[in-house]
Amino acid sequence: MKLTLNKLRISVLLGAVVAITSSCTWEPSDDFRPATFPATAEVFIDGFSGGLEYLPFEGSKLDAFTVDTEEFYAGTASMRFDVPNVGDPDGAFAGAIFPDYGGRDLSGFDALTFWARASKAATINEIGFGNDFGENKYNTIINGLRVTTAWKKYTIPIPDPSKLTKEDGVFWYSEGPEGGDGYSFWVDEVKYEKLGTVAQPRPAIQNGEDVEVQTFIGSNVSVAGLTQTFNLVDGTNQTVTTTAAFYTFTSSDPSVATVNELGVVNIIGTGSTVITAELAGVKAAGSLTIESLGAFTAAPLPNVDANNVISIFSDAYTDVAIDYYNGFFTDGFQTTLGGNNLLINGDRIINYTELNFVALKTLNTVNASEMTTYHVDILVQEPEIKPDDFIRILLLDAGPDGELGTGDETESSFTIPSSDLASNEWRSFDIPLSSFPGLNTSNLSLFFFISDGTNTSNPGSITNILVDNIYLYR
Amino acid sequence: MKRRTINNLLNIASKLFLWAFSLTIITGCVDETQTVVTLNTPVLSEEFDTDGAPDPALWSYELGDGTEQGIAGWGNNELQYYTDRPENVTVQNGFLVITAREESFEGSPYTSARLITKDKFEQAYGRFEARMRLPWGQGLWPAFWMLGADIDENPWPGAGEIDIMEYRGQEPNTVLGSVHGPGYSAGESITKSFILENDRFDTGFHVFGIEWAPDYVNFYVDDVLYNQITPADVPGEWVFDKPFYILVNLAVGGTFVGSPNAETEFPQTMLVDYVRVFK
Repeated sequence: MKLTLNKLRISVLLGAVVAITSSCTWEPSDDFRPATFPATAEVFIDGFSGGLEYLPFEGSKLDAFTVDTEEFYAGTASMRFDVPNVGDPDGAFAGAIFPDYGGRDLSGFDALTFWARASKAATINEIGFGNDFGENKYNTIINGLRVTTAWKKYTIPIPDPSKLTKEDGVFWYSEGPEGGDGYSFWVDEVKYEKLGTVAQPRPAIQNGEDVEVQTFIGSNVSVAGLTQTFNLVDGTNQTVTTTAAFYTFTSSDPSVATVNELGVVNIIGTGSTVITAELAGVKAAGSLTIESLGAFTAAPLPNVDANNVISIFSDAYTDVAIDYYNGFFTDGFQTTLGGNNLLINGDRIINYTELNFVALKTLNTVNASEMTTYHVDILVQEPEIKPDDFIRILLLDAGPDGELGTGDETESSFTIPSSDLASNEWRSFDIPLSSFPGLNTSNLSLFFFISDGTNTSNPGSITNILVDNIYLYR
Repeated sequence: MKRRTINNLLNIASKLFLWAFSLTIITGCVDETQTVVTLNTPVLSEEFDTDGAPDPALWSYELGDGTEQGIAGWGNNELQYYTDRPENVTVQNGFLVITAREESFEGSPYTSARLITKDKFEQAYGRFEARMRLPWGQGLWPAFWMLGADIDENPWPGAGEIDIMEYRGQEPNTVLGSVHGPGYSAGESITKSFILENDRFDTGFHVFGIEWAPDYVNFYVDDVLYNQITPADVPGEWVFDKPFYILVNLAVGGTFVGSPNAETEFPQTMLVDYVRVFK
């Protein structure tokens, strides 16, 4: 989800201008010391706490939030959120940040707590703190907070309170319709607390898994799946999704790759390095192993005139919009991982691993009826290519209605034999569309790569490929 | 001049006192200064200062899953198999370390340890306390407790049981103190819980103790006396008038605590800094 709102940026900018202007009147004091910010605990008890603002997300229902004086857990009022139905012209979802741009020192607290209930049992997509429409440096949320129709207290633990000496984003949420239907939920007594019972921290990177990535010199990989889990006083574990700013990252071999404070790994040499992390002195579960294959040879640069090209994926042309690079099929046979996940010296490359079959889907169907040829560059990463290996290019046309699964689709394939492939060398293929018998080309939708076919008794051994420059031309 | 010196000395003394007082709080050794106890003559001071197996002159083990003793699951449907292996019980860096592990062992899904002072240290009346850090997670059940030393001739609950500290891993801020006897055992025991405010028992050390006299058992945590049980409180015979021995164990699962769940992390350790007895 893209979380920006242009109007809000303007108001923030204005605020910044005012701050800069007023700062001209300051004079350095003799007992100068770093600025400290108020340790205000309250966010919303019966109304907005001092400095609190309401800034809805772009595309959200702007009036989804109201102060409700009829329904509340305690006191005289609560925060009410009205999630719209699907198709509501006022907005597709409810979402907003509640920042205090004066900044607050939250380092003395260990959790954001609140009471909540909903008009029906529901799961709030995202709720937490640290989103200020700026850096979102310490953005921390519960993904999927389950609420019921009864008031209950919820705790969002702070991954490492010592970091939050000046936090603007004190509360935010985002929630869409459930099963197409909107509903309402209420949040009350929103405040920071020093519970003293938020314990047993178990940070993780890569969601606690040991992940291995193959890449090349010049590429960047971001450490992902950052979570912190605490045991709460009721005996339950609460996991929050959080940001790199809470962690300290280490690369076991900095000559292969370095890692910065944002968890971005820069691959600078050949070999293997393991990225690990700590959060507040506790070693994080999970790791990211980088296998750098060395210098990267880019695919041959396309030289077809752009006027004669419909580009699906190429840095040489303007691409059509891609819906996904790795659609998951529900039959359970697909193993392929990866997608558009390599950026090497500014060159986007699709990397598929554990490939058996995979489909790239364009957002809108592609009318290639005036094109004559399909082009793709493929690099097979297996050190050895066996005689039975192949890569089958399958194209699927969605039919006149442009929709998949309506019975008017056509599909056809062309098989690249092993003799046309080479280990760790780019091979360019220009396949006439006439080589895809029976295929309509007015509404092309899915672009498949298949390495084991459907014949499980004779599977190919190619499972790791790089793909670049997918386009149709005449 | 002389007077000033005295004042200075007083100043220094009071500062020293303050310093000692704050040190006391930091180290948690509040038992010496609390008013809730009156029995201060040391009888037993097990400080766990020697690394390795616990001192065999004081401690024995109860091993297995209770089947050999005729009480499979130790009478509570507990899931662990007790061993005396260092993986389950050892003394390290001044602490007795009891570790519960998730491992298939002799048909049980967990291993742990249970230490007793039966036939080695038994006493009627006095102050019994231990400084401990407890494990955490659903299904962990540590205990520091006592049984009547005549239990072989006078089976439970007739022999009597004093639970100085019991705890459920899924309620990390709550401990219970109880007595069991004839007519008031198991679910009918006389019990009271103590809740630590804004803190929990698995993140730091706390002192769990009783002060036991002929006509009462006082239960305390750190410097807080939270319950007193007298003969008038028990619906049966008062059996707390003879020597008892000490038990320290970490059970897994069972009726009292429920089974571990997918979120319970193993291994889990219980640390005991000391066990002390006064009269």
